[in-house]
Amino acid sequence: MKGITINSARLGAAVAAALVLAGPVAAGDDTITLGSAISITGKYSQEGKNASDGYNLTVKMINERGGIKINGKTYKLAIKYYDDESTPARTAQLLERLISQDGIKYMLGPYASGPTKAAAPVVEKYKIPMVEAEGASRSLFTQGYRYLFAALSTSEQYLAPAIHLAAELAQKEGKKPSDLKIAMAFENDPFSQDIRAGVEEDAKKLGMKIVVDDKLPRDLSDMSATLTKVKALKPDIIFVSGHTKGAATATRQMHEMGVNAPMVAMTHCESANLTGKFAGAAEGILCPTQWAETLKYKDDLYGSAMGFNTLFKKTYPEYNIVPYQAAQGAAAVEIWADAFRRAQSFDSEKLRDALAATDMETFYGHIKFSPAGNNIAKPMVLRQIQGGKYVVVAPSKYASDPVVFPRKPTN
Amino acid sequence: MDRAGLMAGAVVSMWENLQILIAAPVFNAQLLINGLTVGAIFALAGYGLALVWGVTNVKNLAQGDFVMMGGYIAYELGKHGVHPIAALIPTAAFMFAFGWVVYRLVIRRVIQLDLFTSLLATFGLAIVVQQSLNLVFGPDVRTVNSGLGEIKMFGGMVEVTEIRLVAFGLCVLLAAGMVLFMKKSRMGQAIRATAQDARAARVLGVNTDRVYALTFSLNAAICGAAGVLIAMIWVIQPFYGIAYSVRAFVIVTAAGLGNLTAVIVTALGLGVIEQYSGFVLGAQFQQATIVGLLLAILIWRQVVLMRQRKALQ
Repeated sequence: MKGITINSARLGAAVAAALVLAGPVAAGDDTITLGSAISITGKYSQEGKNASDGYNLTVKMINERGGIKINGKTYKLAIKYYDDESTPARTAQLLERLISQDGIKYMLGPYASGPTKAAAPVVEKYKIPMVEAEGASRSLFTQGYRYLFAALSTSEQYLAPAIHLAAELAQKEGKKPSDLKIAMAFENDPFSQDIRAGVEEDAKKLGMKIVVDDKLPRDLSDMSATLTKVKALKPDIIFVSGHTKGAATATRQMHEMGVNAPMVAMTHCESANLTGKFAGAAEGILCPTQWAETLKYKDDLYGSAMGFNTLFKKTYPEYNIVPYQAAQGAAAVEIWADAFRRAQSFDSEKLRDALAATDMETFYGHIKFSPAGNNIAKPMVLRQIQGGKYVVVAPSKYASDPVVFPRKPTN
Repeated sequence: MDRAGLMAGAVVSMWENLQILIAAPVFNAQLLINGLTVGAIFALAGYGLALVWGVTNVKNLAQGDFVMMGGYIAYELGKHGVHPIAALIPTAAFMFAFGWVVYRLVIRRVIQLDLFTSLLATFGLAIVVQQSLNLVFGPDVRTVNSGLGEIKMFGGMVEVTEIRLVAFGLCVLLAAGMVLFMKKSRMGQAIRATAQDARAARVLGVNTDRVYALTFSLNAAICGAAGVLIAMIWVIQPFYGIAYSVRAFVIVTAAGLGNLTAVIVTALGLGVIEQYSGFVLGAQFQQATIVGLLLAILIWRQVVLMRQRKALQ
């Protein structure tokens, strides 16, 4: 018995080695194996599970539909996972292992910008393409990486749609966009400052005047000085981004101090539970999101955004609402499948070029990469809190309800 | 954009912000009220620190973490239906007991040792309190709802939450109570005697060990009360204590030990300065202004001291 085990193990190792040497297919003759080091444990374990459940659902769907046809032969998809323990250093190590020991040549991203930043140089070194869906930091796409592609919108786009919405609304009222005044308060961390950079750039383009530009401290507990300034200067738009505490503090203190503007936009509305904790005070606030199930996006695999939503809940009954991380993950696998179909090859370079030429409609939004690898076709979507619910109000093409403008908080 | 351009932009916006205050003085009222009402709470934490520092010579680095702990106790009691203002008394009582235990376990052992040991011990204490709060309550920012409304003044230009005014009143009451206790009660007199000269007090029959324990526990109770008020006005988070520790140290360093009036004036001034620096310079400079002021005070003190030394020579 013992002998057999050793033999089969040896045999397995020999077959694996042969397959790695042979190239294209790692786990079996008719399987394409993607690889990912993702957070299964550690501080991002829940988000990591959201993302990998999304990956798995698309793999399952594609396989149920017969797989991917390449040069007349059909292949099934599979994913080899490792747990990066939510630490970037571990992500980099495990990617080395996936590539050099397991012979994986097609990568899916880890969860969050930090691990993705650690993963990018590794795939770049081995010239292995990676489609990621969970790292939004702008700095990922300023390094000149050739093998990194991202399905999601990058951080500097988070609040920029609100500027364009404000410009649109101003023109409707017969005002010039350049008449608008902006007050903004962003936390002094890389993520929030990325968002700020995007707002500043678009405000400058439209000639809007920034009248308040405060940076919030990490241990923020009071915004009253900033808000007094906002009250004095009567801006047309207020922007706030400072993670959960920023959204909570701003909403609460704006209400307490009677500060308002025709348009108020902030990030992290859901994690701060604005609709639950500050029901009246949060009314009319605009919140950006990568994706919402009510969007009118379509594709062949899931039908529509709502189709994905329903199927995901059915497959993974433990979810009450479908997290956007799952939708992004599912889209990333669709992007890989599309690249294989167009490239009709297992060659990394040909696949990289196919990925770079991606131009497809998915349930998650349109996917088209800039030369830097970020998705420039899918806009961030703005939702507004209306009657205690989040409804999509911009871009107008996808809106389910009209925006309430000017904003009127209720007590 | 070059650095000089950015600097010039910052100076221009500073100047514009100052002009708002001159052109529309009503906003001064908003800043003053907000500053004074939180300054009163800083005064509590500052006075507690001055008390412990003056009597036991231990510089308590866990001061702010005691404040956070008080806030969380009120938060927990609130979940069981206790109104946060009513929670002040049980919170202070619990923190008093907690302070007593900490004194018995830690402070008593380091009180006679050098400065460095007691700093390390209270620094460790701060970490234990932070991490325990994080384990029990999680890292989310919490607030406690007082259920009170807002008061509009100057035709709605200035709006203040009622809880700020209530908190201000409670701080005044607490301070008055402390003064009476220190002046009139036997224990208060014993505390003051120990602060002046512990050895002499011991010779005259004062149980200094009990005085130390009581002082430390009293400080914990005061911090706890401050925390309840902070949780209603601002927010609490397991790792936000450090901001209150820094403020308490700034207040005591500037006001000196054993001078309640100076502590109160400095704390109120600190609250107001924070508001003004946030308004004029921006939120990013609020904490820097406080630390900068501390530096200025220390340098000024040093200059004064040097003059005195010269006079003595």
